[in-house]
Amino acid sequence: MGRMTLLGSATILKSAAFGLAISAGLLLGQTGAEAAAKTAITVGMAIEPAGLDPTVAAPVAIGQVTWQNIFEGLTTIDKDGKIKPQLAESWQISPDGLTYTFKLRQGVKFHNGVAFDSSVAKFSIDRARGADSVNPQKRYFASIDTVETPDASTLVLKLKQPAGSLLYWLGWPSSSIVEPKSAADNKTTPIGTGPFKFVSWSKGSKVDLAKNADYWNKAVSLKLATAAFRFISDPQAQAAALKAGDVDAFPEFGAPELIKSFEGDKRLTTVIGNTELKVVAGMNNTRKPFSDKKVRQALMMAVDRATVVEGAWSGFGTPIGSHYTPNDRGYKDLTGVYPYDAAKAKALLAEAGFPNGFTFTIKAPQMAYAQRTSQVLQAMFAEIGVTMNIETTEFPAKWVADVLKAADYDMTIVAHAEPMDIDIYSRDPYYFNYKNPAFNDVLKKVEMTSDAAEQEKLYGEAQTILAGDVPSLFLFVMPKLGVWDGKVKGLWENEPIPSNVLTDVHWEE
Amino acid sequence: MRKTLRRPVLLIGFVITLALFAVALLSLVWTPFPPTKMNIVHKLKAPLDFGLLGTDQFGRDVASMLMVGAWNSLSTSILAVLLGASVGTAVGVVVAMRRGWLELVVMRGCDIIFAVPPILSAMMLGAFIGSGRFTAIIAIGVFMVPVFARLSLGAALQVWTRDYVTAAVSMGRPKAKITLVHVLPNISNQIIVQITIQLGLAILTEAGLSFLGLGMPPPTPTWGRMLADAQTFLGQAPWLALMPGLAIALAVLGLNMLGDGLRDLLDPRDNS
Repeated sequence: MGRMTLLGSATILKSAAFGLAISAGLLLGQTGAEAAAKTAITVGMAIEPAGLDPTVAAPVAIGQVTWQNIFEGLTTIDKDGKIKPQLAESWQISPDGLTYTFKLRQGVKFHNGVAFDSSVAKFSIDRARGADSVNPQKRYFASIDTVETPDASTLVLKLKQPAGSLLYWLGWPSSSIVEPKSAADNKTTPIGTGPFKFVSWSKGSKVDLAKNADYWNKAVSLKLATAAFRFISDPQAQAAALKAGDVDAFPEFGAPELIKSFEGDKRLTTVIGNTELKVVAGMNNTRKPFSDKKVRQALMMAVDRATVVEGAWSGFGTPIGSHYTPNDRGYKDLTGVYPYDAAKAKALLAEAGFPNGFTFTIKAPQMAYAQRTSQVLQAMFAEIGVTMNIETTEFPAKWVADVLKAADYDMTIVAHAEPMDIDIYSRDPYYFNYKNPAFNDVLKKVEMTSDAAEQEKLYGEAQTILAGDVPSLFLFVMPKLGVWDGKVKGLWENEPIPSNVLTDVHWEE
Repeated sequence: MRKTLRRPVLLIGFVITLALFAVALLSLVWTPFPPTKMNIVHKLKAPLDFGLLGTDQFGRDVASMLMVGAWNSLSTSILAVLLGASVGTAVGVVVAMRRGWLELVVMRGCDIIFAVPPILSAMMLGAFIGSGRFTAIIAIGVFMVPVFARLSLGAALQVWTRDYVTAAVSMGRPKAKITLVHVLPNISNQIIVQITIQLGLAILTEAGLSFLGLGMPPPTPTWGRMLADAQTFLGQAPWLALMPGLAIALAVLGLNMLGDGLRDLLDPRDNS
């Protein structure tokens, strides 16, 4: 120590710098040695959720951060869209389909140390279906009559009427199991049973998660120690962040036209999968002239779906003929029911009493897909003499108020993200104002049976009714444009439900 | 004429502005392709590969869109500036005539309007009456009012101190008549120069509003929206952003040069 004091400050600085250099070298050497076991990942998302509790608000971004990472459900949905047990080990359904008996998993603890048992499960379900519940999918719990807990590891749901999709719905983010004491704070500090714990949320920037060392499911071996979700809305900035390595993966990259710019990059891979995002131009079915089925059918025939996909989304995407995607069970390709035929469309429009067309306004959200699709539709409608004005409507706030809540619109366009949500056309009220008792009847029958084949047949019928009635112009399913570091493995390629499940994600050597 | 030729700034400004007006007027009767016609098979073609300046993401002809955009941009800007100039000048000369507390109130009012950027007032206006050409004209025009009010007040006050005005006053001529006969003609040169310069600013602001989606709605082509739409295609099709960008820059440059040149030409001090 005495010798040190004799050294000039410059020397001290120099030796300090030397020391730093050495330690940096050591650190570098270490990272080099541990390259095989990189344990952190940064996942990019376009939209930052306003809260982190998927059981109280609808935006899919909430589930894309929390579902399966922080929160888990009684059942879950795997990457193929199949229902799998999760916090419920197994279940039995009574022959009449009215009693569901779940055997719950033992030894599961929440991130705050509270044990999971039947009372917690009952709390979660009652909270979701209660009178003052704001659960975004509250209707999914409507069939439940009573929730009983004979013992700590058994949960019994008694239904008022059969609900053939109940197990599927219980796997949704909105059905996540939450712990009673912490539930109220889940919006800002989510606490679940999942493989990752919430660490921090820098608003406007990112959410940090860390591995849950006490994760109950010993069958999975978590390779990640930390994970972060970063929010970047601008596609150019998304691309820049990916190229710079600031973000390791962008599972839903925002701009198809920029996908080509990754082609020369050897580090990054592009994975094009499918989603549940159905881009449909909903019409106000009770407002003239859309109240006339012929007008809606004529507009549908004026649309060349392939061109829409090409113009709006650079050719990525699959045309659809009904409110259903090719990954949904029982899918029927109905794009041929009202295929593109401008001459026929014009004739049908004349038959409906509009030989010279008409003028209306589309309320289109500001998102690129909506704006571009609207412009392509505008040009196509012009071909049959229909003038469509485009009014940009800010999403979500103004769109939700004007279109979803007030149904004050002629036509709108939006991508419906929820899987298997064909039942929205049976909802009353819903912004389409579409009312068809025959359609409602088919959907009711779907819930009355738990026979998968029968359900698929009924879903086929439902799709066909919609394709004929055209309550919305069914356009295309958006692709999942995933761009990520080639060494990142385990991310879902397809998206049977909007999510970013990190359980199996790891870095490859 | 010889005087004009000796002033390159004025000449260049004049030529660019004339070309701009010519293209804008031509677009009313002729464009190489229909500007809103989509031809998705030919999307994102490079300049000269399809049409003169290539095509956009929907296969629309960029040259045709630019031409129509020139008309939309110019007509909106001219109307906005005329609105601002007429209201502003009227306010200015009336205040110069009356002076007193009115001057204080009007000038502080101008300061307040001046403090609110036109983009902001357009957004507020758009929220009430919806975005579109009318909104853009009002927003830009209102922003122009204080500019002209200040200019005309200053210039008019100078005129009021001239001997011939004093003579007219002493002869008992009404103030309003003096304003019309003596003041307005004597400040008109300065107003015209200012109109030219403000026109450049108006074009820039209109492009800004369109860029933000507060201008004319699609399918009407505007330079600002062309620029906004081109953003994500920058890597693939740089001309999509370059062309409207150049058009805006050129138009503003031409009008500013014309304005500067006119000021030099019309400045009475330079007439010796």
